[in-house]
Amino acid sequence: MIELGVEEERTKLKREIAELRAALYSKEQSLLYLDEIVSAAAARGVDEDAPESPTRTLHTKLTNDDIARYSRQLILPDFGVQGQLKLKNSSVLIVGMGGLGCPAAQYLAAAGCGHLGLVDYDHVERSNFHRQILHSETRVGWTKPDSARFALLELNPHCEIRSHVRLLNRFNALNIIRSYDVVLDCSDNVATRYLLSDACVMLQKPLVSGSALKMDGQLTVYNYANGPCYRCLYPVPPPKESVTNCGDGGVLGAVTGTIGAMQALEAIKVIVGLGDVLAGRLLIFDGSTSLFRNIRIRNKRPNCHVCSAQPLITQLIDYEMFCGMRANDKDAEQNLLSVGDRLKVKEYQEQLQTQQHLLIDVRPPAEFEICQLPGAVNVPLAEILDDSYIKRFGSQLEDKDLPIILLCRRGNDSQIAVQHVRSRFPKHSIRDLIGGLHAWTNTVDPSFPIY
Amino acid sequence: MGTPELKIILEFSAGAELLFGNIKRRELALDGNQKWTIAKLLKWMHANILTERPELFLQGDTVRPGILVLINDTDWELLGELDYELQPRDNVLFISTLHGG
Repeated sequence: MIELGVEEERTKLKREIAELRAALYSKEQSLLYLDEIVSAAAARGVDEDAPESPTRTLHTKLTNDDIARYSRQLILPDFGVQGQLKLKNSSVLIVGMGGLGCPAAQYLAAAGCGHLGLVDYDHVERSNFHRQILHSETRVGWTKPDSARFALLELNPHCEIRSHVRLLNRFNALNIIRSYDVVLDCSDNVATRYLLSDACVMLQKPLVSGSALKMDGQLTVYNYANGPCYRCLYPVPPPKESVTNCGDGGVLGAVTGTIGAMQALEAIKVIVGLGDVLAGRLLIFDGSTSLFRNIRIRNKRPNCHVCSAQPLITQLIDYEMFCGMRANDKDAEQNLLSVGDRLKVKEYQEQLQTQQHLLIDVRPPAEFEICQLPGAVNVPLAEILDDSYIKRFGSQLEDKDLPIILLCRRGNDSQIAVQHVRSRFPKHSIRDLIGGLHAWTNTVDPSFPIY
Repeated sequence: MGTPELKIILEFSAGAELLFGNIKRRELALDGNQKWTIAKLLKWMHANILTERPELFLQGDTVRPGILVLINDTDWELLGELDYELQPRDNVLFISTLHGG
């Protein structure tokens, strides 16, 4: 009977905590909203994103340098001098200077696109280099637009390049996008993809949208020649659990490079009026089988909330709220367990490491192979969740006094694992390491590799 | 004479295959005595070949937001969605939308 009372009390407390968390989140969002309004108002005085003055020179002739530099594309019959001039007078905004944005910007600058705008809020770090090929060792810590600008000007000093070092949001997006002819979506998250699509519909700009993950890539052009917008195709955002980012799923640089280069190609086709633009079609690229596939997607949705004749959404909204996801690809720290149910890596090192215990690393095998703690055994999360680990550790699990420690890369999956194992073995001591291997590197052993 | 079969090809792309035993292409021989709509095919897939968390594939009677369904390389929305009736040698492709960059 006592246990029943305790159980009820626990359930009640958990519910109250959840309600308080929801209330806290809602207040934080309201504060964020007010902060944005204040900073938007302050920025109106000196607005670095303000559209350029309309006195942008219209080039009607190619210089001798242009002719020498672009000769191999100038002699293409469908491109020619007129194509080159259109490119020289064009301006393209690239949102996201990562794996897609770098190659896209590189080909556009090299081809002689007159004006490029680069948007990113992030800084260059070493894990970028394998695919974000404009950034380099000497510019670690620079903002990505500034680093990319530096590399691009070396490639083509005639290109005018503007850095927009900021996270695109509903307050700054229209102002930034307004002065460009074509927009490239090279972003890494769902919220930014909806924001860009809506903004491009409102400003009537073609949106060349690319994405990549692991060995796969996808590409299409939205809001062009009466074709659909992103919302026509995806009226409802995907559930959060179904979205994987490059930091967790991995991605091959040559795959983002393939899609990024093709985004540049589609932008050039839109600007020059060349060939058949990839609108109303979706190109899917499977790098593992080297297959490209072109599929016919739906037309404009007659009841689309944004691009139909009677739109319901006529100004930008809160896209993080709409998607239930942050507008970046950084992993949010999860708190599924209470602090008492978890262990700091320092505590583990000082109190437990020398004692008998079972240390289970729940990362996928490919990640376990990169680095592992001494004595750790690898049981991928999937094998925890389908209970196949029970057979493997049968005899050890019979001993209720053997502490079980679960860990992963950052301490999120390990919490899911603790919840699951604990439901099977409620009498055991089962905890996870807060912050996972990243915390291990940061607080215990700086020589432990980080990825 | 054996029972008539309705032969179709199922394909998965961009991660959707991970929910189906990591197999990207399957040749199916369905019971040819029955009519097979996509709605019925989804139920069959759920019961027979969906190996991972069903909520990452289905939501209610249809596929979850973020999965595109293509029949012979054409968006199913142009063909009647759940009501489309499968024909011999049809190719049904499920694509997860990618967001990374």
